[in-house]
Amino acid sequence: MGAVAVREAAAAHEAHDESFIRHYIFSLDHKTIGKQYFWTTMFMGLVGGSLAMLMRRHLGWPEQGVLDPAQYLQAATMHGTVMIFFFLTVILTGAFGNFLIPLMIGARDMAYPFLNMMSFWTLVPGVLTILASFFAPDGPAGNGWTSYAPLAAVAKLSTGAQWGQTLWAIAILFVLISSLFGGLNFLTTIINMRARGLSMGRLPLTIWGIFITAILALLSFPVLMAALGMLILDRTAGTSFFVPPGLLVGGQLVRDRSGDALLWQHLFWFFGHPEVYILILTPMGIVSDVISTFARKPIFGYKAMVLSLAAIGFLSFLVWGHHMFVSGMHPLLGGAFMAATMIIAIPSAIKTFNWCTTLWQARIHFTTAMLFAIGFVSLFVTGGLSGIFLASAPVDIYLHDTYFVIAHFHFVMASAALFSIFAGTYYWFPKMFGRMMNETLGKIHFVATFLGIYATFFPMHFLGTMGNSRRLYSESFYPFLAKAPPIDVFISISAFVLGAAQIVFIVNVFYSLVRGPRAERNPWHANTLEWQADSPPPHGNWGPEEPVVYRWPYDYSVPGAAEDYIPQTMPAVPAGAPAGGEGE
Amino acid sequence: MAAVDAREQQQTLADRWGGGRSPFDVGWPKLMMWLFLVSDALTFAGLLIGLWVVRLGLPSWPNRAEIMNIQLAAAMTAILICSSLAMALSVYTLRQGLRRQALWFLAATIVAGAVFAGLQGFEWTHFIREGARLDGNPWGVPAFSFTFFVITGLHGLHVVGGVVYLWAMAVRVAKGLSTDEGLEVAGLYWGFVDLVWVFIWSSIYLL
Repeated sequence: MGAVAVREAAAAHEAHDESFIRHYIFSLDHKTIGKQYFWTTMFMGLVGGSLAMLMRRHLGWPEQGVLDPAQYLQAATMHGTVMIFFFLTVILTGAFGNFLIPLMIGARDMAYPFLNMMSFWTLVPGVLTILASFFAPDGPAGNGWTSYAPLAAVAKLSTGAQWGQTLWAIAILFVLISSLFGGLNFLTTIINMRARGLSMGRLPLTIWGIFITAILALLSFPVLMAALGMLILDRTAGTSFFVPPGLLVGGQLVRDRSGDALLWQHLFWFFGHPEVYILILTPMGIVSDVISTFARKPIFGYKAMVLSLAAIGFLSFLVWGHHMFVSGMHPLLGGAFMAATMIIAIPSAIKTFNWCTTLWQARIHFTTAMLFAIGFVSLFVTGGLSGIFLASAPVDIYLHDTYFVIAHFHFVMASAALFSIFAGTYYWFPKMFGRMMNETLGKIHFVATFLGIYATFFPMHFLGTMGNSRRLYSESFYPFLAKAPPIDVFISISAFVLGAAQIVFIVNVFYSLVRGPRAERNPWHANTLEWQADSPPPHGNWGPEEPVVYRWPYDYSVPGAAEDYIPQTMPAVPAGAPAGGEGE
Repeated sequence: MAAVDAREQQQTLADRWGGGRSPFDVGWPKLMMWLFLVSDALTFAGLLIGLWVVRLGLPSWPNRAEIMNIQLAAAMTAILICSSLAMALSVYTLRQGLRRQALWFLAATIVAGAVFAGLQGFEWTHFIREGARLDGNPWGVPAFSFTFFVITGLHGLHVVGGVVYLWAMAVRVAKGLSTDEGLEVAGLYWGFVDLVWVFIWSSIYLL
């Protein structure tokens, strides 16, 4: 049955003419959909980045009053929301997942191309809704990207919380439904449609990362969807899932309420912690593949890499309470969450050591993609170390909701994921668009971004230990923060450098798109299947013959082989015959 | 070395998970439906956990036996379980090649689903007449009525959607367009709707 369906799908992929609309707008082709995601999310990344610049402009010189307190909170909320939901989540799964899965597993398209198209066109209303919320009568949501109840659940509680917060919830709901459709497709495709010979043990780590990400999304997104449904009803229909009885607003009792404010935090973080790994497991896979390719060495400890991805994914469902140490939980429960969180350090360290061991004694090709992949490891280690501080409940009670937390997650999750996106873009750009990116501009972009990120986020650790609260409008309110303003000026200037560096990237993308040298099939001499297709691959990806896989994707520098790479499609050769070369 | 490679390749190709085939011998619709049901189960789990967290945090909860018609709810449950049985028989008979019988069983499933949705509507009307609203009710515990409306409402949408889905499947089976597996996939969905109701029924009416 499965085999028949696969063959029918192949027949449907014979070249056929398509109208402009079918080809570029309502396309069913996974590569076009991936590119649609790529451009949409890159645009949203720019929106989120601009908001960060606005925040830093204010925080560096708060006395100038560029933003009023409500606007500042709105900028912070929307920066987090746009970056997490509309940029990182969606670009990793939507753009890279869609583009790479069929190519890397040797399929012609996703299992259900129509659903794939629908998932992109479910994202679009979400994007429009969140953009529209900027123009709502009292501005966008301003209650933090976590939208804690009852602040977010009672319409009149804070400025910007009227229309903005409701639109926020609706927009996120669209994103989650879209990602869920995508996740269903990804899992089904990876399970059912791998090329002959591509067993799970021969999958590239990028695909393993996406696979486990999709499982996490499948299990955690519906819970937030339920919570968002409750939040929307609380705000518009008068229910009170998250509004406790006896709540006083401005000295007045809010009547007829019988909910539980902490319920929101539990439901949100049951989604929220897996979400963090949704943002980092795919990057881990991408980085593993890029490092192995440019180190010209097999990835060290492939099985350990897969198992640690799975372990991190599993543990992510047991640790949501570490976001709630100060919410008044029982110390025993806090201890359990703390222990579970500490355990995550083990699989994370296994991965880090494996990346380092892969690089050990390698003849490294320092391409831009490789630099960003190595940068990822650095950022991940820096952020991971501060994570161990925060995992410990007694330390967290002191550091909770300070800039220390901001520094931590911007290193370990935000910048690290961003670096993998850059690594992936430089690496797969030739396959996506058929042209090479400019390496000189790429290296300038890398150096400025790497230094910019450390200069921006590292000093935030010190602000945090001083006690600077993460949503603070201005340090001048508190005498103990007297030393903070010069640090904030330094951070703001670094952030502007970091922001300016991204212009280099944008110029590079558009310049290379038009003027970049034509890419050959396999410019990086990589093993994975996507490099056996044309650059860019035609509709249906492979010619008449679908690829057959004979080996794992990390046969680099095999002793005795003619070349330092052996593509996955290369058959096992009889002993004594000359090895290597294409199309044996 | 090369001989080992060749043997490994043969083993890989022969393996269920070796690629080029579905490891569970199912087409993508069935696999995707299973995955969808897992995620949908978690949506309901989120809502039911919401109900229980709110309810256990409150000092009192109204006595359902005085307010709701427990017998009617029991009858609704029985009808839904019978419809699942009819659905299973429909899948079974279609596999045996008895398309006429399969259609009769499918029709019975659709009728039972519609009756369930109708009784649900009756139950809602009754509850609203007694004064239950999303933002409050005469029994002093707003959560009592809004959890009822939200949870049974989402389930009711699933039932109505399921009736439409089964109707479309009936048309396809009648025209001979559907495969056995296609109907089985619809059956999976219907079984899920039934199973979830058992949890909702016990949380809202019984416990």
